[in-house]
Amino acid sequence: MTMNREFIINIMIFGLLIAVGIGAHLAGQGFTVTLATKVAILGLAGVGLNLALGYGGLVSFGHAAFFGIGGYAAGVLASHAANGDPLMFGFGGSNQMLVIWPVAMLAAGFAALMIGALSLRTSGVYFIMVTLAFAQMIYYFAISWPRYGGEDGLSFYVRNAFPGMNTLKPIEYFTICASLLGLALVFSGLVTQSRFGLALQSIRQNPQRATAVGIRATPVRLTTFVISAMITALAGALYADLNRFVSPSMFSWHMSGEIMVFVILGGVGRLCGPIAGAAMFILLEHLLGKVSDHWQALLGLMLLGIVLFAPGGLIGLITKGLDALRKEKADV
Amino acid sequence: MLLAEQLLNGLQYGMMLFLMAAGLTLVFGVMGLINLAHGALYMVGAFACAVVAASTGSFWLGLVASLAVAAAAGALVEMLVIRRLYNRDHLDQVLATFALILVFSEGTRWLFGDFPLYLKLPPALSGAITLPGGLQYPFFRLVIILVGAVVALGLWLLISRTRLGIRIRAGEADREMIGALGVDIAKLYTIVFALGAALAGLAGGLVGSIQSVQVGMGEPVLILAFVVIVIGGIGSIKGALVGALLVGMTDTLGKAVIPGLFARVMDTASANTTGSAVASMLIYILMAVVLLVRPQGLFGARV
Repeated sequence: MTMNREFIINIMIFGLLIAVGIGAHLAGQGFTVTLATKVAILGLAGVGLNLALGYGGLVSFGHAAFFGIGGYAAGVLASHAANGDPLMFGFGGSNQMLVIWPVAMLAAGFAALMIGALSLRTSGVYFIMVTLAFAQMIYYFAISWPRYGGEDGLSFYVRNAFPGMNTLKPIEYFTICASLLGLALVFSGLVTQSRFGLALQSIRQNPQRATAVGIRATPVRLTTFVISAMITALAGALYADLNRFVSPSMFSWHMSGEIMVFVILGGVGRLCGPIAGAAMFILLEHLLGKVSDHWQALLGLMLLGIVLFAPGGLIGLITKGLDALRKEKADV
Repeated sequence: MLLAEQLLNGLQYGMMLFLMAAGLTLVFGVMGLINLAHGALYMVGAFACAVVAASTGSFWLGLVASLAVAAAAGALVEMLVIRRLYNRDHLDQVLATFALILVFSEGTRWLFGDFPLYLKLPPALSGAITLPGGLQYPFFRLVIILVGAVVALGLWLLISRTRLGIRIRAGEADREMIGALGVDIAKLYTIVFALGAALAGLAGGLVGSIQSVQVGMGEPVLILAFVVIVIGGIGSIKGALVGALLVGMTDTLGKAVIPGLFARVMDTASANTTGSAVASMLIYILMAVVLLVRPQGLFGARV
């Protein structure tokens, strides 16, 4: 029953995002299309983290590492393609998204394998801090490595290409990003309902029992961590192309915190939670930014309010509201 | 001679990290809380020191203010927000204290603007002194080392020899039990949190005097303090001291030595860039090694 209702909410949230993107395009509001694209991309980063955090109970405070690796994969490949400088083994970079995405995901997957294998030796608060520290390590490396811009970052002037599309048009880029988000949602939904996903959730709920029925926790967790990182890296590559700019701030712990905020704001372990969270975050940023230069303070206070008084996030609130409505109807 | 100077620099950096890490590890050990806003309290201490020192002309009053204001801010935050988080999972704690950072940083930016403030040291503390062996070293950095050592000793005495220390240790072991024995836990927690905040504030005031005071200064230090307590073992003051000195030494010596080592196998320019990139990762590599050998940290009891 609840699965069913949640399914409807998920469709509504995703559908709303698509409707906003297309509606804004028809109304000639290019800027709003770009905002919707940003929601789709950051939501995708959150969908990645949600797999580890929500379903696996792995509170990674270092997902900016993978977001940044994805971004830098796009930036580095594009810059090599632009200046014709061979990258390695005679491979000259690329400006094709269909090449960049797999590279971004593989690079981040490899990093996640290393970071995860070390971090999963710990649990609880150690895991949070260790993932954070590894992300910081990469952040400082990016800052002190001048080859790709160091602290200043790396800009590229033309958005990378996708066959048959003009990626510079806001609506076409929105279509690409929203389609990938949709694919990631379907994939994520299938994974969490598969045998593997059920094993993952049983490990989160009770590691001892899961082990007792013959599930080895570490390989399942590590696999999840890697998949989660790869999805977030894809979002990073898209984000780099959205801004046509990458900088070490993509690796910063603020980024990790923000991706985590999307997930928690929307509702931990809810399929479309990160999209709702990212949408609310970007909307607040946009609206509060008009009210005051110090909108981050207001945002902080609102976040505090949500953590203290509305655990379960936005989708938790919506389902609770629906429950109350239904009860009222039943009483009448 | 250069090495001796770098060793002292590492020691000074380590002592500063210890002041930060001690509060963080104490709060986690006693209350089981991850406090990301610890860096914000460091920033509050630095601003309090800068403002009071500038308006009264006395650096000493500034330092007292950094302790007092940070402790007060800590106590206030504990009573308003933090105490609602003790029974929540770590995720809620991370998010709520992340939100607190946003509030503190923007609040400070609103009050003082984006420009850094600078502290002027009193003549008694500035200048260099000549150490045995003929090394010239800034006096104030020696003072920081001394303050760190005194705080470490004081904390050890507090925890092992006083009634409050007994309560703190009992609170780590079993909070329901000491509550049942008539200890006011809420008050104890506020005191511990304020104590940790005061140490962070003191670190902020001291470091603000050798660097600049600005919004966002607390976050890099906070992350390093996390590395320190992960290495030392979360909840252990002794671990915080050892971890802080290890991290301080590794970072300082690594940045001083590694580019030179790389220069022997490659040309100077690329040795400098590669060397400094590797040096900036060194403490995280140290942390990874410690975790591989002892996942609970050097002095940690539990995982």
